[in-house]
Amino acid sequence: MSILINRNTRVITQGITGKTGQFHTRACRDYANGKACFVAGVNPKKAGEDFEGIPIYATVKDAKAATGATVSVIYVPPPFAAAAIDEAVDAGLDLVVCITEGIPVRDMIRTRYRMQGRKTLLLGPNCPGVITPEELKIGIMPGHIHKKGRIGVMSRSGTLTYEAVGQLTEIGLGQSTAVGIGGDPVNGLKHIDFLRLFNEDPDTDAVVMIGEIGGSDEETAARWAKDNMKKPVVGFIAGVTAPEGKRMGHAGAIISGGKGTAQEKLAVMEECGIRVTRNPAEMGKLLKSVL
Amino acid sequence: MKIHEYQGKEIFRKYGVPTPRGIPAFSVDEAVAAAQSLGGAVWVVKAQIHAGGRGKGGGVKVAKSIDEVRDLAGRILGMQLVTHQTGPVGQKVRRLLIEQGADIRKELYVGMVVDRVTQRVCLMASSEGGMDIEEVAAKTPERIHKVFIDPVQGLTDAEADDVARRIGIPEGSIAQGRAVLQGLYRAFDATDASLAEINPLIVTGDGSVVALDAKLNFDSNGLFRHPEIVEMRDLDEEDPAEIEASKSDLSYISLDGDIGCLVNGAGLAMATMDTIKLYGGEPANFLDVGGGATAEKVTEAFKIMLRNPGLKAILVNIFGGIMKCDTIAEGVVAASKAVSLSVPLVVRMKGTNEDLGRKILAASGLPIITANNMAEAAEKVVAAAKRQEH
Repeated sequence: MSILINRNTRVITQGITGKTGQFHTRACRDYANGKACFVAGVNPKKAGEDFEGIPIYATVKDAKAATGATVSVIYVPPPFAAAAIDEAVDAGLDLVVCITEGIPVRDMIRTRYRMQGRKTLLLGPNCPGVITPEELKIGIMPGHIHKKGRIGVMSRSGTLTYEAVGQLTEIGLGQSTAVGIGGDPVNGLKHIDFLRLFNEDPDTDAVVMIGEIGGSDEETAARWAKDNMKKPVVGFIAGVTAPEGKRMGHAGAIISGGKGTAQEKLAVMEECGIRVTRNPAEMGKLLKSVL
Repeated sequence: MKIHEYQGKEIFRKYGVPTPRGIPAFSVDEAVAAAQSLGGAVWVVKAQIHAGGRGKGGGVKVAKSIDEVRDLAGRILGMQLVTHQTGPVGQKVRRLLIEQGADIRKELYVGMVVDRVTQRVCLMASSEGGMDIEEVAAKTPERIHKVFIDPVQGLTDAEADDVARRIGIPEGSIAQGRAVLQGLYRAFDATDASLAEINPLIVTGDGSVVALDAKLNFDSNGLFRHPEIVEMRDLDEEDPAEIEASKSDLSYISLDGDIGCLVNGAGLAMATMDTIKLYGGEPANFLDVGGGATAEKVTEAFKIMLRNPGLKAILVNIFGGIMKCDTIAEGVVAASKAVSLSVPLVVRMKGTNEDLGRKILAASGLPIITANNMAEAAEKVVAAAKRQEH
């Protein structure tokens, strides 16, 4: 098993005809079971056409009706990406994975407001996506560094997720699912949601939780873990050396008013029984030590 | 993106938030002309820099005659204004705002930010105007009143009136207080702001509610739909290295240390800085080259890092995914040659085509130090930087 996605998931690609969408749809299709999983694309102007054999529909609703897909991945450019999420939510999909970076916060506030009380889960935006190794990859991560196994990985940063996955694979620890939460301040699923999912997944034994400066999601997740988590969790927080008031690449990676520092997050995680390292080169080793 | 107070006030007025009458001035003569045109007997000469704390730093002064306006403008223009937000070097004052003096009866605080937990805009208001709001939040949190604004309804009359009363706006001025709060939210929402602050918001002797200060920051992701705000950008207020970097689509932030780092991905870039520190070094910058690092981009990044005369070594840390390590290696070699790199360079590459990348580095004949993991890379770059000191 795994969380969120597996070999039986059927996926719609929103923005399949753009350069980014094409590039990553090919890579996802060529990974493991991808050919069977990526069943539809959406572009209102190109309905009836196909992308290398993947049929294109006018709307998410049409694509869902025709294929039974329950998940979508979005590569739509920032000015239109929030509307693309809205469309997927209105079509009643189970999960929307939004890769797009650069969506205005104002748009995301409205989109998240519309999502209240709806069943659709959102991963991202500004995230690398989610992968269940050797089954299905939805997103832009390099598939070949992953290995099937029993460790859950989650992070707000793309390449730092790959770093953790690479370390795990190198020491022989495969992953159940690896997920990139994304670097935006207003987003969908958070650390706490993935801890819950990994906790309930019978095929996950332990979790690597990677955070960064800004916000308080890591602290919230750590406090939940203290009372509920049945599996070991290890952690790393990026940005111990980040100055206050500066956005460190990600829109959400900012220490403001002395809040959201790496030190504060590390302290809360430790208090809650999560083993943390200050050395990102040792995330894999640390995880191995708690098994 | 940040703008100046006088620009913020222009936006405020458009949305019905009253401000004192004022005119920006770029020279002493303009300051005098501004005061004459405003008329009255009392003026405030205000330094326009992007940092807060200008008053305490000596950048805001009251003048009671035109001669005094001239004198103060001459002293403030061109000064290095040091505040708690500028760092010890301070920021050079190049612009002034000349305003009519206000009759202050009460000083209040109003601010708006995006709250990440509720995913709404949060209005924060306090009776403690003119003070550092973070200090108020720490010492007397009960004096800060918050409303998490419904994005569809906006700030309702009832919510606005309630907050206005709680922060001590007198009963006769509640309607004005409501107009200010609702106007501020409309301004925030319509301009894709990320932060808005009026500190202080004042109640004048005749009961008017007026924004005496204006601070507005904008979500850079929203700027594409606000060309009029992009025009307000003042490059003098920004770090030249960061401006240069943004032209090449590099995400760069200057830090105080002497080890430059070039990394793909924001999280890994921060983690790389942290690792340098962990091994006893000090990072000179944050630099995320993003998903597509070409030879040109790497060259540009090297050039920007080398603008720092104190730079002692460079660490390149790449996790190749979509980006291939051989492409990066070629970029690093070309860039080293293009800038005649004179400081030690440590390269750690992992992921797609890493063996190919290593071969390219080895075959280049350049004295590039390679490392297999982040810890080794940090250790090596710190040692290399220390050797440069001798």
